[in-house]
Amino acid sequence: MSLHVDIRKTVRSEARHFHLHVRFDAPARRTVIYGPSGAGKSLTLQAIAGLLTPDEGRIAFDDDVLFDGTALIDVPARSRGFGYLFQDYALFPKLNVRQNIAFGLHAGWRNPPRNVAGDMVDRWLRAFELQDVAAQRPAELSGGQRQRVALARALVHSPRALLLDEPFSALDPALRERMRQELDELLQRIGIPVVMITHDPDDLQRFGEIVLHLRDGAIVEPEARAMQAKIRPDGGNA
Amino acid sequence: MDVSVWVTLGLTVKVAAWATTINLVLGSGVGWLLARRSFVGREFVDAVLTLPLVLPPTVLGYYLLVVIGKRGWLGAWLHQTFGINLIFTWQGAVIAATIVAFPLILRSARTAFETVDPQLEQAGRVLGLNEWALFFRVTLPMAWPGILGGTLLVFARALGEFGATLMVAGSIPGRTQTLSIAVYEAVQAGQDDMATFLVAITSIVCVTVLLAAGRLVPRAGRS
Repeated sequence: MSLHVDIRKTVRSEARHFHLHVRFDAPARRTVIYGPSGAGKSLTLQAIAGLLTPDEGRIAFDDDVLFDGTALIDVPARSRGFGYLFQDYALFPKLNVRQNIAFGLHAGWRNPPRNVAGDMVDRWLRAFELQDVAAQRPAELSGGQRQRVALARALVHSPRALLLDEPFSALDPALRERMRQELDELLQRIGIPVVMITHDPDDLQRFGEIVLHLRDGAIVEPEARAMQAKIRPDGGNA
Repeated sequence: MDVSVWVTLGLTVKVAAWATTINLVLGSGVGWLLARRSFVGREFVDAVLTLPLVLPPTVLGYYLLVVIGKRGWLGAWLHQTFGINLIFTWQGAVIAATIVAFPLILRSARTAFETVDPQLEQAGRVLGLNEWALFFRVTLPMAWPGILGGTLLVFARALGEFGATLMVAGSIPGRTQTLSIAVYEAVQAGQDDMATFLVAITSIVCVTVLLAAGRLVPRAGRS
């Protein structure tokens, strides 16, 4: 894959006046955008997904232009074909696991029925060992199960890339390392391109073929993975 | 009072049911707009639409006569174009009850929509929903308990509407006379037994609605 991002966005609120000016090309299958909270990571990821409209600039994935401020191209989020894993997973609380996973496969104005069937749904239920909780609602699941449901929901309609928003921050530390490993293996197995944003240095080692450092709304120094050896020791195990 | 009490009760429920249905649709729509779209004058619109909560019903009734009366700017047009007259009709009573009760559903709906986590809506967008599907599949189900509570309050309020209804629809037994107006008429005519009976019926209906509201809303909110 190759992701091209060159955007500007000014966000005004009573608390702050934030300028985002992010520019990078990510030719790798795994890109991590790394930076402290408030650096603009979420805004960047939302802009890529189409959930935030930049003031100007250009976003392209492979040969597809998703946003172009001068050509007035702005492909809506629903048509960009990305899978998105939200920080708190954003599972639909009134739908069971099966319905949540089937959500994106189901067109129209009504939600999928409780016992919605389908090869794809069953395949992902099995792949994530969620068959036993298929009829349960998100509130009844453990943190790890919730993340797996969210991943299954994002992957079920075969997205062209997966966007991950701080995927491990909602988990307790003991579970975090295990899920990191699990996700790593899964991504390798299905071979889907990934863009991850994180403030946790432990994510870099495992997921960052390319690591982009974001600070105060701008990329400071694109680094190759080889350089990460320097960060690793003081990052420690969170 | 030569019209059966049951006719009066039926008319009252019919007027309240229409007012509730109209308010459910309008209140949800406007409540969503106020909660999810920012536009110039949003809070002003909210304030104007909340006015019926604080204005005396007779003042509202007067405004309505000015607008939909035979010489009102909307009423005259309706009369000339379609031959429709709303004054002294049950439809007029529906309009009066709708407007008086509207702030109740607007408050509930706006608050209900504001408490829906925007991230759920973003998740719906990324999963391929257009804005209409998003409203019916994500936003409305999450806001529904609050809207339902407001709807029952609207029904109770519409059942008891007096002032604006009397001015717009009058008190024609069997045609526009609702329970609350019949109570007033019975007391004025010295029919104390009738008044007591009507008061008892009205109270029972209202208590039933409030009990239903109290039972339905927290239960739906928990699930």
